[in-house]
Amino acid sequence: MGKKRVAIVGTGQTHHKSHRPDVNGQELIHEAVTRALADAELTIKDIDAIVIGNMDHFEGINYVDCWSVDGSGGTMRPIIKLTTGGTTGSTLAIGGYHMVASGLFEKVLIIGWEKNSESDTTGAITTAFDPIWDRLVFAGAIAGLAAEGQAYMAEFGITDRDAARVSVRDRKHAVNNPYAQLRKEVTIEEVLESPMLSDPIHLLDVCPRTDGACAVIMASEDVAEKICPVPDWIWGTANRHVYTYVGDVNLGEIDSMKNAATELFAKTGIREPRKELDVIELYQPYSFAGIIWIEAMGIIPRGKGSEYIWSGATDMGGELPINPSGGVIACNPIGATGLIRCAEVALQVMGKAGDRQVPDVNLGVSTGFGGCFWTDILLHGKKKPE
Amino acid sequence: MAREDHLVISSGKAVQPFHYAVGLYGSKFFQELKENRRLVGSKCPDCGKVYVPPRKVCGGCFKEMKEFVEVGPKGTISTFTIVRYTFIDPETGVQRPVPYGYGFVRFDGADTVFQHFVELDEKHPIKIGARVETVFREKMEGTIRDILYFRIIEE
Ligand SMILES: [Zn+2]
Repeated sequence: MGKKRVAIVGTGQTHHKSHRPDVNGQELIHEAVTRALADAELTIKDIDAIVIGNMDHFEGINYVDCWSVDGSGGTMRPIIKLTTGGTTGSTLAIGGYHMVASGLFEKVLIIGWEKNSESDTTGAITTAFDPIWDRLVFAGAIAGLAAEGQAYMAEFGITDRDAARVSVRDRKHAVNNPYAQLRKEVTIEEVLESPMLSDPIHLLDVCPRTDGACAVIMASEDVAEKICPVPDWIWGTANRHVYTYVGDVNLGEIDSMKNAATELFAKTGIREPRKELDVIELYQPYSFAGIIWIEAMGIIPRGKGSEYIWSGATDMGGELPINPSGGVIACNPIGATGLIRCAEVALQVMGKAGDRQVPDVNLGVSTGFGGCFWTDILLHGKKKPE
Repeated sequence: MAREDHLVISSGKAVQPFHYAVGLYGSKFFQELKENRRLVGSKCPDCGKVYVPPRKVCGGCFKEMKEFVEVGPKGTISTFTIVRYTFIDPETGVQRPVPYGYGFVRFDGADTVFQHFVELDEKHPIKIGARVETVFREKMEGTIRDILYFRIIEE
């Protein structure tokens, strides 16, 4: 626990699209920042520090903290950059939380963004990996995820039909989210008939590439309730990075999630996450993760995830809705994606999620996934943590 | 301004070459590969884990490794995929040829897995647990490309 308790008091995001040639990076960032400030009824003068990040190899511009200040509001203000690959958005949230919890900054603006349209996403992701050992055969995120899905399928005998059920859920949920890029329902058959990208992953099993930005304002307990009638309190955070080379990863289980979730729930007193949590926004870039990673999180015993998904328990109206926003499969501006998960849980706790609102959310989890098989995780609550 | 008027300006054919240090441990691997067609890993003095590619530090123990051990050249498929989508390969600037077998192979004697191409062969479909041998290129140059691919074998 830090010196100060911390809450989210405002969020803003762009209407995410596959291509936004009408705005450059700074202007895209500005849209999300303006919306977050309006949501919190604050002005940029109220902000004490800014944390910004993206996965800079997508745009090939390596100084976002500097060149984006017009859009971010960072001119002549403390601003730092954080970037951790796919987990960038959730790491930004954790970093912002640390800054406010430390007592050094009262109100921090957190910004994640990406313009994935500006380069070849798979090619750019490949440059995040070791040039000597990994890049020759490496094929971006999808092939690594496929290898995880393959390992899990071999162990538990699930099929691509089971995974497709996850994709059907998220794409259905996305219809309720006006900010999501893809808002079209699909059937199990449509998922299975879509092109095989990397066995066992079909096109409709994976996330798209997106232009978008998200901003979140965190404030200390001294002012949070004055700014926002129902703030979203951050109960705790945890993160784990696991490997140097791709072959070091224990594919088929996600050790980083298991480890981070265990720490988070232990330090916040959550004994039965399945019963105690009301909503999860999972950084789930492909359908199989909707099964494997909730097991690693401790929601359901290992090997039982598929059965749990088919029961409808994670659909809207089920006992533990997952990805009411439609999640990453419906929208993926990579440097913003983890922060969108965080903002979406904040909206759920604040009761501001509109058509995608889950009733009576007291506790929720948001996650980030990246690199390959890293995990960030945050616990959010309506009650001020003790 | 109409939507079609929005400008996108391409960076064109600009390239930025890099010159990466392989380090003593990685160089040892490539030297053994080139001169002796041998594969080596490094072994942690604390936990005993054998890492391929070899490296200086066992991350889990944060301990320096000094011992090299021979691994492979046979191994077992730990997991795999068949890549069917193509993309611009940042290493070559051209589209990656697909489909190709992408295998995670645990060399005999190693604890980590090593990723490389796996030959696609209808008679021997890639499966988790399948045994493989390492196929080297004829003229060795001391790079990762000295390993052409893994071939599924019956044992
Ligand atoms: Zn060790």
